[in-house]
Amino acid sequence: MAWLVLFFLLPLLFVGIASFMTRGAGGQPIQPWTLEHYQRTFDVFGPVIWRTLGFAALTTALCLLVGYPTAVYIASRQRPAVRLVLLFLVLLPFWTNFLVRTYALITIVQREGLLNEWLVRLGIVQDPVQMLFTPTAVVLGLVYGYLPFMVLPIYAAVERLDRRYVEAAYDLGANDWRAFWRVIWPLTLPGVVAGSMLVFIPAIGAFVTPDLMGGTGGLMIGNLVQSQFRGRGNVPLGSAISMVLLVIVFVGVVVYARWGERSDP
Amino acid sequence: MTRAAAARERVPDGVPEDRRGALRRDLATRRLGRVLGWAVPLVALAFLWLPIAVLVGFSFNDAASVSTWRGFSLRWYENVFSSLSGSGSRFQTDLLLRSVMNSLWVASVSTVIATALGTMFALAVARGRFPGRKLFDALFYLPVVIPDITMGVSLAVFFRIVFEAWQQWTGLRLVSGFGTIIVAHVAFNVAYVAIVVRARLATMDPSLEEAARDLGANDWQAFWRITFPILFPGVLAGALLAFTLSLDDFVITFFTAGVGTTTLPLFVYGLLKQRVPPEINAVSTLMIVASIVLVGLSLVLQRRGARRGEG
Repeated sequence: MAWLVLFFLLPLLFVGIASFMTRGAGGQPIQPWTLEHYQRTFDVFGPVIWRTLGFAALTTALCLLVGYPTAVYIASRQRPAVRLVLLFLVLLPFWTNFLVRTYALITIVQREGLLNEWLVRLGIVQDPVQMLFTPTAVVLGLVYGYLPFMVLPIYAAVERLDRRYVEAAYDLGANDWRAFWRVIWPLTLPGVVAGSMLVFIPAIGAFVTPDLMGGTGGLMIGNLVQSQFRGRGNVPLGSAISMVLLVIVFVGVVVYARWGERSDP
Repeated sequence: MTRAAAARERVPDGVPEDRRGALRRDLATRRLGRVLGWAVPLVALAFLWLPIAVLVGFSFNDAASVSTWRGFSLRWYENVFSSLSGSGSRFQTDLLLRSVMNSLWVASVSTVIATALGTMFALAVARGRFPGRKLFDALFYLPVVIPDITMGVSLAVFFRIVFEAWQQWTGLRLVSGFGTIIVAHVAFNVAYVAIVVRARLATMDPSLEEAARDLGANDWQAFWRITFPILFPGVLAGALLAFTLSLDDFVITFFTAGVGTTTLPLFVYGLLKQRVPPEINAVSTLMIVASIVLVGLSLVLQRRGARRGEG
């Protein structure tokens, strides 16, 4: 227990304290106390915070759009072996190093990449399109990185779903649309909430994806924090930004704990 | 929609005129749903696998390109391995090898410590009777949900403060290195191990331990003869998870590493940030193969462990 307190809570506490201190020589925190870093975080970096929230929300929405049908498809296979193989196929990329996966995606979307090559060859565009180093690339990279997090809890929820409720809905005259929205969706909602938060929370704190795939228009909170801590940065300002990040993440955690699927798949 | 109509997929003749429109719409919805039901998963799997497949495929490309194929070749693999035999390629193989060794070293040490501590924490929280147990229970999940970057910078700040205090106290100057990386990795892995072990602990029948005590076992015997063998699959799973997470971690290592302690993810990041060398496809492919082998191995081990634990 002492370990957690010493190497986990104490460092967080230090960052919390540092965020209220003045910037000294070499970017180190010194006395006196001040609130200027929080002010600056919201004034100067407000747009980045909103952009990060937007990216994370868009990533979550896209993951849900793709992940829900995928989870339903896997869960509705008859043979357990097929379900296992399909789940494995979704999870295996997740076990590959995150940097390697991001790089793999970069090779596809970069200017000389395969996607541009084919777009030009098929005559859809005249010249290669700049996709890498745009906000689109960042969202694509985040979806690529966190899609398995969405599929797993929804899969668990769909598998647990009692098919007799769906049958009852049909027997009572519901069409597919109504059966889905009135029965299947509400019953799998905890899985959806859990998956959404499992995507949203790490997407908020993402650093590698925007660093490698985003240009200046794709900067996220994680990049701000990093730039304040490397070299001759501004530790109090970086601390203040990470405190804001922490608060946003905790809101996500509360949502997850309150409405999300409880048991692990 | 009647089920008979659904089975035939078209509007039956006997349906009155005013209901035909709605029925036709229902059938169209069903057809659309059916198509999307397999098309979207197909796209999802393609999206997940295509970049990896392209990466692996083009690691065998004769040209230094990831879009035009110019024939099969093993030259990038040769470059990666060539400086081993001393034929002197431009690729920094010695650095790569050192970073692999560093990664394995950090992962091994931090896994051993984290597994021991995590198991003890799980037992303490599940069995112990002390105030604030619920709070500690919640504390486990903190390192799991906190963004890597926050954890990385907070540890960086923490080490800097501790080192300064240490220097003032003893006059010795400490620097970041393996010690700080291992401490950082243990800090996040303890929580993961504890969560996995707790899950196993929750399925354990406490009466087994009581029976051991009734038969005259002391605490030590009861733990090693009863509790630990039953927990073992959970402990093993936790250790494997910790090892994988430690090998994989980039962000937290990035903020706690010192000079000469480059781990494999740090090395790959360095390659990606500079001019990307063509050998990186080969290196990435080797990493993908290694992780697939590792995952396959852990699944086999876990299955065996689980069987032994329950048998």
